[in-house]
Amino acid sequence: MADTMSSTAHASPHAPGPDVTKRDFLQLVAGASAAIGAGAIVWPMVDSMNPSKDVLALAELEVDLAPVAVGGGIIVSWRGQPVFVRHRTEAEIKAAEEAPLGEMRDPAPDSERVKEGHSQWLIVSAICTHLGCIPLGIKPSDPRGEFGGWFCPCHGSQYDTAARIRKGPAPRNLPLVPYAFLSDTKIKIG
Amino acid sequence: MVGLHQSDVKNPVLRWIDTRLPVITMLQKEYGVFPTPKNFNYFWAFGGLSMVCLMIMIATGIFLAMAYTPNTTMAFDSVERIMRDVNYGWLLRYGHENGASMFFIVVYVHMFRGLYYGSYKYPRELLWMLGVTIFLVMMATGFLGYVLPWGQMSFWAATVITNLFSAIPVVGETIVQWMWGGFSVDNPTLNRFFSLHYLLPFVLFGLVFLHVAALHVTGSNNPLGIEPKGPQDTLPFHPYYTVKDSVAICVFFLVFAFLVFFAPNYLGHADNYIPANPLSTPPHIVPDWYFLPFYAILRAVPSKLGGVSLMFASILILYLLPWLDTCKVRSAKFRPIYRVFFWVLVIACITLGVVGSQQPEGIWVPLGQVATAYYFFHFLVLLPVLGKLEPTLPLPESISQPVLGGGPLPAGAAAKPMEKA
Amino acid sequence: MRIRPRNLLGAGLIGAALLAASLFAAPARAAEEIELPSVSWSFSGLFGSFDRAAAQRGFQIYNEVCSNCHSLKEAYYRDLIGIGLSPQQVKDVAASKRVPTTDDNGQPAERPALPSDHFRSPFPNEKAARAANNGGLPPDQSVIVKAREGGPDYVYAILTGYVDPPPGFKLMSGLNYNKYFPGHQIAMPQPLRDGTVTYIDGTSNVLDQEARDVVTFLTYIANPELEERHRMGIKVMLFLLLLTGLSYAVKRKLWANVHH
Repeated sequence: MADTMSSTAHASPHAPGPDVTKRDFLQLVAGASAAIGAGAIVWPMVDSMNPSKDVLALAELEVDLAPVAVGGGIIVSWRGQPVFVRHRTEAEIKAAEEAPLGEMRDPAPDSERVKEGHSQWLIVSAICTHLGCIPLGIKPSDPRGEFGGWFCPCHGSQYDTAARIRKGPAPRNLPLVPYAFLSDTKIKIG
Repeated sequence: MVGLHQSDVKNPVLRWIDTRLPVITMLQKEYGVFPTPKNFNYFWAFGGLSMVCLMIMIATGIFLAMAYTPNTTMAFDSVERIMRDVNYGWLLRYGHENGASMFFIVVYVHMFRGLYYGSYKYPRELLWMLGVTIFLVMMATGFLGYVLPWGQMSFWAATVITNLFSAIPVVGETIVQWMWGGFSVDNPTLNRFFSLHYLLPFVLFGLVFLHVAALHVTGSNNPLGIEPKGPQDTLPFHPYYTVKDSVAICVFFLVFAFLVFFAPNYLGHADNYIPANPLSTPPHIVPDWYFLPFYAILRAVPSKLGGVSLMFASILILYLLPWLDTCKVRSAKFRPIYRVFFWVLVIACITLGVVGSQQPEGIWVPLGQVATAYYFFHFLVLLPVLGKLEPTLPLPESISQPVLGGGPLPAGAAAKPMEKA
Repeated sequence: MRIRPRNLLGAGLIGAALLAASLFAAPARAAEEIELPSVSWSFSGLFGSFDRAAAQRGFQIYNEVCSNCHSLKEAYYRDLIGIGLSPQQVKDVAASKRVPTTDDNGQPAERPALPSDHFRSPFPNEKAARAANNGGLPPDQSVIVKAREGGPDYVYAILTGYVDPPPGFKLMSGLNYNKYFPGHQIAMPQPLRDGTVTYIDGTSNVLDQEARDVVTFLTYIANPELEERHRMGIKVMLFLLLLTGLSYAVKRKLWANVHH
């Protein structure tokens, strides 16, 4: 815009020559600095929309695994989402490891869904990949479906003991969440 | 071409736009070649600075509004969250708070420039009146915004100012309850103040557009108060005044930055860091500095209705200024007696500001009354009378003339009558 | 345009008048003008910063003494990172406090705090606070340093201002005489004396030291962004000075041949 304006607004009473290049240089430096200044003003506004410190402080969640009994589990809230923390029995682990991948809609070996050396712990998102309900099955008294994992009461999706979709309308396995073991009895999600 | 604008723009994409909506032609005309008097001093930069302030306030305000909660139980805490948790939230908040002060500083200088150089006189009366309207809407916006953090001053300023309207006979109490949405300043009040505070700046934007449009019809005034006679008296706005205004903008930001980064609470009130408590009145309820002169006028007379009327009158009187000042000469440069009284007015306004910050007791009461009396005397008596009687200095022939030589008109020639456009 | 001495003088006079007015315009105190002792702080001035050791000692005082009556509810335990505690230390401090929650049956319960929690309040609500304090409400301390005229100097003055009332002074029952409190009668009994806390780092624990340390801590809590704000401010002002010079140079060059 400035270019089109100065080309048609030639009323400045100056002569071309060395003065012009000095002036042009000054103008360039001043203009560039002003652009930097403008950027410096815009960046804090844009950054203010990024996750704030209190949101980031809740981005990681430490979970104590000691109170979770074998065969049972808990639901924890992480970044506003529900997450299953399930303590699998030997039988459940065996069933998960031996399940035929060919029968699965979203095949995934059990080893990819647990951490090495801690295969009794299954930690996955609790949001059914069909339409978002929380499947039942974390408590031993819940219905767990034919595959011993989870049964979603909304539309009948059934997950196995590695939270893989085996039956029903859900398209994919319960999503994995990032976590790490801080010790044998403590994990950090996120 | 059917109905399309005849555009001179070279770039094909921009030309396509310009033929259908001549924004680029408009910008070139109004901000590019626009003939501007060449003798502006830096006081003419304050209109542009006001625009910069408005943009800063809207920008910081929009981002603050993303994190602020307009509910009495959460407002104070949400502001603290902005200060502590939102990235650069402290910068947004201090920028917005001190930006309001900068906005009023800039606008007050802009207004006093108008008073000194006669910018309100023919043919710029409507321009001036639009400006007074802008000032009123600014005051409303500032008042509404100050309530939002829900500190002690927020709450009690809201209570005092809304209660003023109860002075209106017959319908006063009803109006106040309508404003409050209840029987005292409370959550409904806060909620609607937030809505209105977000709205008014855009009303301001529209008024500013009209203000600048009106200016571009008449052209700018200048320090000599005489109209440009030809191209030798003017310069294209770009690059001369775009560059000169940039200098002013840099100095403005220097002052603004110093406040924001090193003295962010200097112009504010400690009491507003105390959460609002309807059961405890602070010992000294005072508005922020830019409202202090009006606060002093409000308290100058014992009667509530009298004080309210005087306070509003002090601003409404400005609408009549083009007709109150009867002098045919615009600029105070050529009005030696008016010039003195101009500075007296400035001192009276500063005095009113100091009076407004003090408890209404002791010397401050008569001082406030004297300053208030002078204020109204200045506009209602002095200007009409002085305009008729003042022996003004001879005006130069043109804007270029005092620089290019040829002295003032020979003695005996009366001051030139105000030129018609 | 040449900057005419007259215009500059005028502008200077207005500036001086406004500055003088602003000094006047400090809110008038009720009747008596109480002068505060002036204290030098590590965080004052353009280049000030928070003395980390002092702030940590101040936190110790808040933790052991003040937190029994005063909440700090706008601050989080993770804010203690800013005064130099390690993440593990912060976790331990938080875990030593219990904050309200609900159990699985929806009944009120307590759990150990996390760094992401706000500081625990000593009382569940205002009524409980008043009931425990003779009807007085111990104010929250999160922004106390900004909420009082005189700021850090004022809080320091209050803490060190407990003296015997002058002869003939009528002290109301339940109140305490304080040299610097407006009206001189403060509901809070003297919270700190020589030796009230024993500093972990062995610093002398006389009243003056304790008061300075807790004020340093409270000033940090009220202004956690102070050091970043000052750093940024210096960079911004230097940049703006450069830009002002540059733009003025461009302006002079451009206007050089204009007769005005």
